[in-house]
Amino acid sequence: MIEYALLFALACYGAALLMNIYRIVIAPGVGDRVLALDTLVINIIALITLFGIHQSSTMYFEASLIIAMTGFVSTVSYTRFMLRGDIIE
Amino acid sequence: MFVEILISAGLVISGIFGIVGSFGLIKLPHPMMRLHAPTKATTLGVGGALIASMLYFGLIERDLSFHELMITVFLFLTAPITGHFIAKTHIHRNENKDSLPETGTARPWATFDHPQQEQEQPEQQS
Repeated sequence: MIEYALLFALACYGAALLMNIYRIVIAPGVGDRVLALDTLVINIIALITLFGIHQSSTMYFEASLIIAMTGFVSTVSYTRFMLRGDIIE
Repeated sequence: MFVEILISAGLVISGIFGIVGSFGLIKLPHPMMRLHAPTKATTLGVGGALIASMLYFGLIERDLSFHELMITVFLFLTAPITGHFIAKTHIHRNENKDSLPETGTARPWATFDHPQQEQEQPEQQS
């Protein structure tokens, strides 16, 4: 039963990634693109975790943790750049 | 059996929340509404997936660890911060003082509120 639930969740997050990529390519404003990138990173974290369950391997925690930190820092620096035109003043 | 049902429910709920968050990013009409969907629904979805992973490795593989809880706490801490930054960016790029609604209090919007400049020069700090 876990297998089917896992496949369902993987399909959901795959479709979510496709929607995010669509939003990155076609967006009404630049803020939406940054928001879509942030959502993309969060969805990738979920996808890596689900893949770790699928492989029964605990090796993927570190990868998802590092991606979470990188995503947060990159989103903050994108928004800083849009607000001030500079990241570190 | 009960554990399997619990993990499967967590996985299915997290998948539904994830797809709802990303669909709202496309579907909703206003930028502030679009901010609403990913910062809440997707964060909840990824939290569900991480907790299901922790239950799976703890109860079925007998290899309990709290790394997922650490990632969940990190995401729950950083999602409001990124949401706040993106909202502020939207306000400063697309709105101005007159297009925003009234705050309903005596004070104006904090991000447009320029505090009264002190008349005397502040003392020079060396």
